[in-house]
Amino acid sequence: MKRSTIDLWVGIFVAIGIACVVFLSLKVANLTPQSADSTYVLTADFDNIGGLKIKAPVKSSGVVVGRVTNVELDTQRYVAHVTMALDRHYQFSRDTSAEILTSGLLGEQYVGLTEGGDPDTLKPGDRITITSSALVLEQLISKFMLSFAEKGDSNSGKNASAAQ
Amino acid sequence: MLDFLISPLRKLGHTSINAIWRLGYASRFLISILMYSGQSLMRFSLVIREVYFAGVLSLIIIIVSGLFVGMVLGLQGYNTLARFGSSDALGALVALSLLRELGPVLAALLFASRSGSAMTAEIGLMKTTEQLDAMSVMAVNPVARVVAPRFWAGVISMPVLAALFNVMGIFGGYLVGVVMIGLDAGTYWSQMNNAVDLHFDVVNGLIKSLVFGIAVTLIAVFEGYDATPTAAGVSSATTRTVVTSALVILALDFVLTAFMF
Repeated sequence: MKRSTIDLWVGIFVAIGIACVVFLSLKVANLTPQSADSTYVLTADFDNIGGLKIKAPVKSSGVVVGRVTNVELDTQRYVAHVTMALDRHYQFSRDTSAEILTSGLLGEQYVGLTEGGDPDTLKPGDRITITSSALVLEQLISKFMLSFAEKGDSNSGKNASAAQ
Repeated sequence: MLDFLISPLRKLGHTSINAIWRLGYASRFLISILMYSGQSLMRFSLVIREVYFAGVLSLIIIIVSGLFVGMVLGLQGYNTLARFGSSDALGALVALSLLRELGPVLAALLFASRSGSAMTAEIGLMKTTEQLDAMSVMAVNPVARVVAPRFWAGVISMPVLAALFNVMGIFGGYLVGVVMIGLDAGTYWSQMNNAVDLHFDVVNGLIKSLVFGIAVTLIAVFEGYDATPTAAGVSSATTRTVVTSALVILALDFVLTAFMF
């Protein structure tokens, strides 16, 4: 085979390889080059973030508007300090509330933002003050068991008084 | 009586010494390839020619196998995930299993049996027909002229083929999951995006395939260079290439996975 044909085929081969790696990084791993000037940062403090992880989506009405960029423990007040990078296109009012929700029954956790009524919008670096924590299954079950047990106690008490 | 006891022990000792000797010889061979690769990289057209034979001619088998592996993953994954009501996670399942394990390992196994065996047979036959000796007589170093270009061609081709295998597998999973079964295309891609991390999954998979490329090509050229210069010798060297490569790939995969994930 002629040398130039071989060169051409090897060129195509390497180009396919580069295209595949680019496809894997952009489309599969979702490496969107989000520069700092297309996003702005908001923070929120939660009592309990459950299983929220870095890179979890931030959604408003189900639409992804940003990502969680950092999660850390505030050692002054012992609350979880969550930093989010939001798309600059979306502005939220000052009394927006943030809560930690789960997609599906056992799906991943995300931050849900609910728009308030204040005409002023949150500035970059602002803190969302109205927050509600994640539902932790164990706490939910223990609450349920406790109320169940109390009900059982009062029932037996009633029975005892009726017997008298 | 004593000989009856000693002779199997002697055989065992001979086998172990031989195995260790060959391991040492292969390591020295790798060092001499690296020492002489400067010369062969200067004449890069030699490497390009070998990339054509090792890489470009493997494209068809990699594309077809990748597609079918992805399609099987899609079918089996869907059946299992649907039982737990989480068939949405199909994209994540297909992409993660391909990127982390199946892509590099299967591409390397195919590469070993398609190109590695060809390299062994070619170099072995060159040795049998005394072409390597003729080169030495003409003051051409056979390691620099014949072995090193093939080694570098294998090292270059392997990550490319593994990446192509991954892409075709993900496309095969898409064909079965979205086109055939009718899952939502957006969910397929977004679940994949959320689950796959660039450094952790994509780059680690490529590092794996690079390591496999070095191992498989080294085994192939070494077995060829070390073959007994007879027809039977070349044939058994070719068999050894495929068997050893397969074992080394799977063992290395375990070690790399234990370190990476």
